[in-house]
Amino acid sequence: MAEPVAIRLTVNGQRYEGTCEARKLLVDFLREDLGLTGTHVGCEHGVCGACTIMVNGETARSCIMLAVQADGAELGTIEGLADNGAFHPLQQAFHENHGLQCGYCTPGMLMVALELLRLNPSPTETEIREAISAVLCRCTGYRDIVRSIAAAAEAMRQDGKGSR
Amino acid sequence: MAAPARKPFIGRPMLRREDRRLLLGDGQYVGDLVLPRMLHATFVRSPLAHARIRSVNLARAAASPGVAFVLSGIDLAKLLPPVADHQVSLPAKWRTAIRHHILNPRQALLAQDKVRHVGEAFAVIVAESRYAAEDAAALVEAEFDPLPAVVDPEAALAAGSALVHEEFGTNLIAELSAGKGDVEAALRAAPHRLERRFHHHRYAALPMECRGVVSEYDRRTQTLTTWSATQVVHWVRREVAATLGMPEAQVRCIAPDVGGGFGIKGHVYPEDLLIPFLARRLGRPVKWIEDRHEHLMCSCHSRDQIHDVAIGFDDDGRILAYRDCFLADCGAFNPIGSGATYNTIAHLLGPYRIENFAAEARIVATNKVPNAPYRGAGRPEAALATERAIDLVAGQLGVEPAELRRRNMVRPDQMPYSVGLLYRDGEPIVYDGGDYPAALDKALAAVGGLAEFRQRQSGARKEGRYLGLGLGCYTEGTGAGPFEGARVRIEASGKIYVAGGACPQGQGMETIFAQIVADLWQVEPEDVIVTLADTASIPMGFGTVASRSTVTLSAALHHASERLREKTFAIAANLLECGAQDLELRNGTVGVIGVPEIGVTLAKVAQAARPGWDHGRPPGIDAGLEESYYWEPPTVTWSYAVHAAIVEVDIGTGAVRIDRYAVAHDCGVVINPMLVEGQIIGGTVQGIGGGLFERFVYDQQGQLLTGSLMDYMAPTASDVPDIALAHVYSPSPLNPLGVKGLGEGGAIAPPVALANAVGDALAPFGAEFNTTPVLPEQVVRAARQSEQTTLSGAER
Repeated sequence: MAEPVAIRLTVNGQRYEGTCEARKLLVDFLREDLGLTGTHVGCEHGVCGACTIMVNGETARSCIMLAVQADGAELGTIEGLADNGAFHPLQQAFHENHGLQCGYCTPGMLMVALELLRLNPSPTETEIREAISAVLCRCTGYRDIVRSIAAAAEAMRQDGKGSR
Repeated sequence: MAAPARKPFIGRPMLRREDRRLLLGDGQYVGDLVLPRMLHATFVRSPLAHARIRSVNLARAAASPGVAFVLSGIDLAKLLPPVADHQVSLPAKWRTAIRHHILNPRQALLAQDKVRHVGEAFAVIVAESRYAAEDAAALVEAEFDPLPAVVDPEAALAAGSALVHEEFGTNLIAELSAGKGDVEAALRAAPHRLERRFHHHRYAALPMECRGVVSEYDRRTQTLTTWSATQVVHWVRREVAATLGMPEAQVRCIAPDVGGGFGIKGHVYPEDLLIPFLARRLGRPVKWIEDRHEHLMCSCHSRDQIHDVAIGFDDDGRILAYRDCFLADCGAFNPIGSGATYNTIAHLLGPYRIENFAAEARIVATNKVPNAPYRGAGRPEAALATERAIDLVAGQLGVEPAELRRRNMVRPDQMPYSVGLLYRDGEPIVYDGGDYPAALDKALAAVGGLAEFRQRQSGARKEGRYLGLGLGCYTEGTGAGPFEGARVRIEASGKIYVAGGACPQGQGMETIFAQIVADLWQVEPEDVIVTLADTASIPMGFGTVASRSTVTLSAALHHASERLREKTFAIAANLLECGAQDLELRNGTVGVIGVPEIGVTLAKVAQAARPGWDHGRPPGIDAGLEESYYWEPPTVTWSYAVHAAIVEVDIGTGAVRIDRYAVAHDCGVVINPMLVEGQIIGGTVQGIGGGLFERFVYDQQGQLLTGSLMDYMAPTASDVPDIALAHVYSPSPLNPLGVKGLGEGGAIAPPVALANAVGDALAPFGAEFNTTPVLPEQVVRAARQSEQTTLSGAER
């Protein structure tokens, strides 16, 4: 085993400094070293999207990134979405529109939706479907996820939270 | 008995109580568990489909940094001798009535003498981290003597085939048959006859969370706790206890948040027993999380049947005789026996009245991943055979397929309708209500109407575009026994605590059972605490498989509550100095009927029920407010649905685009319409995946060619349409709430509805689509072959 490598990064606004094995996957680092188990591992080969997080403001699959590649980066995960326990409009919309069943793909779906609404605050159904085709869901058949994101877009437009 | 003023919670689209933790990232799946001093296991799996194990050398692996323990199948057999078979068997009533012959191979927890499919584990490594365990696994030296692999079930039955289980002398491991009337005579006498072969391919549940187990042994109390991503905690506990030689009382199984199951997590796998064994042996917690590659080559696959159908019918399209001989490819083992295969037999007749029927099933072992129930469990295969055959009969007679179905359907005035076969619980199949033709009409209306479609279709054909409409009808026995358990307790706080043997994986059971209990006790859902999927909360339970939990647990909760209400009323009557017959439940209190201001809260009653001094119980009433009930359903209750798909087929690329898709279904009384829709749409999209995209492909050596999500194509949001739903409503008479199961239904009909739709689209080419999935190459080939036939005809 190689020597541990120093790593410094910010997750959900909180700074972390430590070391990790150079080969450690970012998702394992988040879950095991930082205890942020809200991000899930679905395939470990970058297809299912469950592990999607924000890296410097853009979505990335944390199962095909090494933790050391995120050195110096600002990361965002599902744990950082709510504001002191108050749901983000996306979380609220997923709750109200049955946008989740087992919840396993949900962290990835929320991250992809967050990015979509930042880039496109008024997406069409087709655009929503296109964006979330980056994440596999096996429970919902997608309909209620699409509706959730459309509802969140509407809510965010109304209270001007689109930039958050 | 209850005051009627309050609007019931049953029937409301209540938001889910599960959501908050899952949306905040606070859910806890098996993979999220961390225990002090926890070790990590990884399995070493066979690279070959069929081979004798000559040697397994674990020395280098054992010396690898961080490795705590290594074990081969050969070593394990010495440490943990096999115990008696704990497979779920079908009831005696079924065994005596149904002709059957079953040889069930036992799977060793780790392969010892030979490996029987790619991915079968033959050794396990336990280390301080999963990374260290996987490093060591790469150092395992195993020598194999390869044997010829058997991947085709027909070849497996041919003389001279390699044998998956030599001890049986055959790969034919089970035969089952059932029927009614005289099918041979009726086939001979029928004016018309159609014979075809249908193949429902192999695909799988693919939950987004793979399987996983964490186990911990406590030396002080000699108890073992195991957390498993399972649908059947009580079954896991039973087998762990038997395998480890422990009393069940000292084994606890918990399924925490589970990331989807769909049947694939509905039985006990070797890892469910090995991880507890390792935790006890090593005296440290052990965790194993399956990776996706393992999942695709080790967790059970499903479907995979070849049907040879003969149908006799008259000029009007009345079906007079139906014979089906089919093969079920069970892979290397047959972990849940003949249940799903018998399901196929029991569901072949679907919503139709057919007097002469015979089905013969043969279950065949091959060198593939074992086959077990997945959402639908034998029914999608039945629907494929029956519903494709009906379309072909309609085509032969030139009758509209919808009309041919209507002519053969059981009519509502014939309900309850006795089918003349037995269900797998050994009881006669009796459809307990419904309106099948109404479902057909509603499904067609929901895709825009049949006449309108035919017009659109013929207009499109003139422009060289190919539209097709396909139907898939089915009936589904739901809420199967043998039982489910419920426990209901009123706490001194007035909160109602309920526990049940059901194990959710995203269905929203905590929400719906709170709705049900709120109505049973006339309280708010917030006052109901629901605990599921933990053997410590109720001694016996069955689990969540076979579209059963809403039916069976709601009935168990109902009966447990009835018992507890008697006691509650007796104590309340003592407190209020009135007769128990004068009492009713209202808004969290027990009140005097007709006197709104006189009552006592459930909290007060529970405090009065406590043991000790100054209690408020009348003489003869013992302490405590708790009752259990184990409900044994009389038999299954019958859900049904009609799926209608409109597709546009591109004969150049072979692409099938779903233009409209509708489901008309009946699940009896609806507890939560929002969650019902979620179940149906989710199931339907899984079925669409099976109909168009998902399949396991093996080469002739038994190598899995679809072992990653790059090769195994699950549908994405862009691949599927919005799905229209229509509802038919016939409450079940077989349980107190009138509910019918619906978890599986959605997945049953899409493959055949889509095959029928593509067949209808390409009717001008005379093409038939009798195998699933319907792939672009099949479409292109069908169109080209027809063009070539036409061309060569013209040249002549």
